[in-house]
Amino acid sequence: MQIFKKILIGIAFSPNLKANLFEAIRISNMFSAKLVAVHVGNKTDEKKQKLQLLLNEAPNLNTPLNTIWQKGKPVNVILETCKNEGIDLLILGALQKENLYKYYVGSIARELTRKSPCSVLLLIKPSAIRVPCKHIVVNGLKDEKTKDTIKTAFKIGNQLDCKRITIVEEISQAELDIKVSDDISLRKATIEKAKIKKREDLRVENILSEIDCKETTLKIQSIFGRRGYSIGHYAKIKRADLLIMNAPKKMGFIDRIFPHDIEYILSELPTDLLIVK
Amino acid sequence: MGRKNSFKTFAKEIPTNIFSGFVVSLIALPLGLGLALASGAPPISGIIAAVVGGIVTAILGGSNVTITGPGNGLVVVILAAITTLGNGDMQQGFLYTLAAIVVSGIIMIILGFLRLGSLGDFFPSSAIQGMLAAIGIGIFAKQVHVMLGNLNAKGSIIELMLGIPEGIKYYFTTDNQSVFYAGSVGIISFLIMVFYSKIRNRYFQLIPAPMWIVVLSVGMHYYYQYFSVALYPIEESLLIALPNDVMSNFAFPDFGKLLEFDFINAVIAITLIASIESLLSIKAVDKLDPLKRRSNVNKDIRALGLATVISGFLGGLNVVTVIARSSVNVNNKGTNRSANFFHAIFLVLFILLFATELRKIPLAALAAILVYTGYKLASPENIKKVFRIGKEQLIIFLITLITTISTSLITGILVGIISTFFIHVVINKDIMLFLRNLLKPNVLMFKEDDKYFVSIDNFSSFLNFTKLKSKLNQIPENEDVIIDFSLCDFVDHSVMENMNSYAETFKRKGGHLEIIGLDNYSTRSDHPFALRKNIPDFIKPKKGVLTKRQKSLQKIGTELNWNYLPLQEEKISELPTFGYFKTRQINKVSNIVSNDECSFFDVEFSEGEMIAKQVIRASMFYIKLDKEIPEFTLDREGFFEYIYHFAGFKDIEIDNHPDFSKRFYLSGKNQEKIKELFTDELIFFFESNPYHHIESSKQGLLILGKERLAGVKEIKALADFGIRLQKIISS
Repeated sequence: MQIFKKILIGIAFSPNLKANLFEAIRISNMFSAKLVAVHVGNKTDEKKQKLQLLLNEAPNLNTPLNTIWQKGKPVNVILETCKNEGIDLLILGALQKENLYKYYVGSIARELTRKSPCSVLLLIKPSAIRVPCKHIVVNGLKDEKTKDTIKTAFKIGNQLDCKRITIVEEISQAELDIKVSDDISLRKATIEKAKIKKREDLRVENILSEIDCKETTLKIQSIFGRRGYSIGHYAKIKRADLLIMNAPKKMGFIDRIFPHDIEYILSELPTDLLIVK
Repeated sequence: MGRKNSFKTFAKEIPTNIFSGFVVSLIALPLGLGLALASGAPPISGIIAAVVGGIVTAILGGSNVTITGPGNGLVVVILAAITTLGNGDMQQGFLYTLAAIVVSGIIMIILGFLRLGSLGDFFPSSAIQGMLAAIGIGIFAKQVHVMLGNLNAKGSIIELMLGIPEGIKYYFTTDNQSVFYAGSVGIISFLIMVFYSKIRNRYFQLIPAPMWIVVLSVGMHYYYQYFSVALYPIEESLLIALPNDVMSNFAFPDFGKLLEFDFINAVIAITLIASIESLLSIKAVDKLDPLKRRSNVNKDIRALGLATVISGFLGGLNVVTVIARSSVNVNNKGTNRSANFFHAIFLVLFILLFATELRKIPLAALAAILVYTGYKLASPENIKKVFRIGKEQLIIFLITLITTISTSLITGILVGIISTFFIHVVINKDIMLFLRNLLKPNVLMFKEDDKYFVSIDNFSSFLNFTKLKSKLNQIPENEDVIIDFSLCDFVDHSVMENMNSYAETFKRKGGHLEIIGLDNYSTRSDHPFALRKNIPDFIKPKKGVLTKRQKSLQKIGTELNWNYLPLQEEKISELPTFGYFKTRQINKVSNIVSNDECSFFDVEFSEGEMIAKQVIRASMFYIKLDKEIPEFTLDREGFFEYIYHFAGFKDIEIDNHPDFSKRFYLSGKNQEKIKELFTDELIFFFESNPYHHIESSKQGLLILGKERLAGVKEIKALADFGIRLQKIISS
């Protein structure tokens, strides 16, 4: 299970800074973690002042803020800081498509997400005032990391006081080796699907047996569909507040051209997204 | 056991299938001959296609009550192929075309194995309509001249059309006896086709119209032979030519032009039309099947491909699934593929036994059958239908129609597809919506509470319909399905039409398919299949056009004797008094069905502010009460989603009802009054009905199902729940 003890936030002096910073402070407090802020660029008095003004307005941080000022390429600086400071969680802000309720990850944040050595939290709508997290969706796919991810999800749910968690098992259509073409094959496929669903449910229940989940409203939902895509779409429909996923194994050049798994979600974020390393 | 039983029913049904096959063959005979003639091929080639098709698909096919044989759509393509490949030599052209037919059969087999039966979905329906109309006009233009006894009319479709008045004039003024008589037979035959359905005589209706034409023209020949002194007035060249020895004189394909451009072009055109016609027919015939079976499309395509290859080698035309003959089969109670087989056998018998008689049929008589077929394909009725769906559909239809007539079929359908896409882009004023999301998966399907829920994202049009279709095909048709388009910015006509046919199929098989999330969309006409575009919140929807869901709500309102209002200007003033709306901003209340005490409606509200804002639409039920009741919320135990916390108040335990207390979470300020309100009767009501979130203000009750728009069926359940609750509470 992941315990987030040290959180990093990148500071760019953009209009979003206030919301991002407030959100990061709140999260650090909830996780009782240390917050590190890094700004890529010169340390000027003006910037310092601006930051201080915001911090005065912000809720109190339980542990003092550590601010790092460093010049260089944003991606490299942040990745390096992650390593040097032993960061557990990197918080990034997403961008909104103008006029639409659609969010996407900008190019820098995307590169950071791919290369980050630690877990990443992408916020789609950071807000200065706290919006409570009421529903967490977490992936339950067959993967060695899943167990850890689910445990982390429950831990976070606890910390955020979120009482509702849905575990989504994405089952690839390819697992179903029956192609539906007429009534008979449809019947067979339906039975087979029920079997696979049972098997997957059992697997997730096995993981859950190690977790104390009496306090939460728990739901296990199996979805036959494209991996990485279905869970995002599901989170969107169910208006989840946080989506938690495994970090992908590796992401090469080809994965970006033929998107799969996490790339679907990065191109259109349905909710806040936590990628657990 | 099962196998034995199914064999038993099969054996039992053989007689009905033989009969049905017989009736179908009565139509297939003249049509086969006629279609072959219209294609510029020897008449026997049509019969070969029907016979081979009937036998092969009966054995290997994947559908049940379809009939196979030469198809209408192919007439134009085959004629074009024979003319271009033969460079004027029709005989040689036919041999090259046979080779093209064989190759197209092989391609169909491959398509079937690759499970590309879904390829047909990539054609927008208005473009297909336009293409079919163009084929109809093509057949009509050529065959009108033959019907009037003139075999020599040549030229493009447009020239032929323009030549029709000339042709009619020629018919009336000609001094050629033979032409005049042939033309008369043609016109009478055409009148038979037109008025056949209007004559309500049981005995007359026993024989299908095309067969009447055959019988009458053969009868006429015998009249001249035995009773009249005059000679048969129609000369040999205007009669059907059948080879003397039908069983041995097979034409053999000539593969000499295999790699030439014209040849490849012909192969593509033939394959395209053959698969589209077959796919459309299979889909349509499945809807007619009284046993409600689902055809295995890919298996059928493979069988059709193999039949086409064999037919081509024997000198026959393409084999496709044909709708008209199939529906005759269903009407005559054909139950399985054996009917198709028997239709083939009867055709063989006809040809072997009645070859002499068949040679007496004037070409004009067969042409009349085709003129009628062509007219039906391109009838003004069809154009009117397309126009009713929307102006833009008519534009697509006409563009495809005109391009197909003036150039070729492939160009026509390509232009149709491109113009459809172009119009979609113009309507949305956004090309990125399509480009960015074209390849992304956009359909999510999952099963929840024994109901299938399908949600479609971004846009849904002919471009990505296969994705939706492949999900829908996985749902057994006796289940409940809700299709949610609310995340879609744009839904096109092809999808709407297909959704409607899915809804019909589900209804027929005992399931229920419902579409939600379209109420806020703008349409360009009030047709249920019209394309729909999501309008942003700041534009108010036009009044007057109701969606299917709205119409159903209106119907529920009438049934209950309640009022229905699609949109209410002023919001229901009591709503904000409920705890649920303390943190949520109501934007709009719509689709209100109400009487004095109760109402149900869709409410659109937003949570959060500024960029954290989310717009949510949900269906709710509201009860107005005469007496004052304590404020409370009632929910499923452990279901914290909706709870508006009455600060510091815990679950109220009702004495003597441990089960109720265990299952429900009841909270409120005035414990005593609440306990008083929850009588045994009320508790029993809650225990025996599905969970809803229920909340009271002092003067009213609010009932919520799911936090989304409810389908009509769910609305009915909600209304039923609400009405019964109202009775109990107010008593």
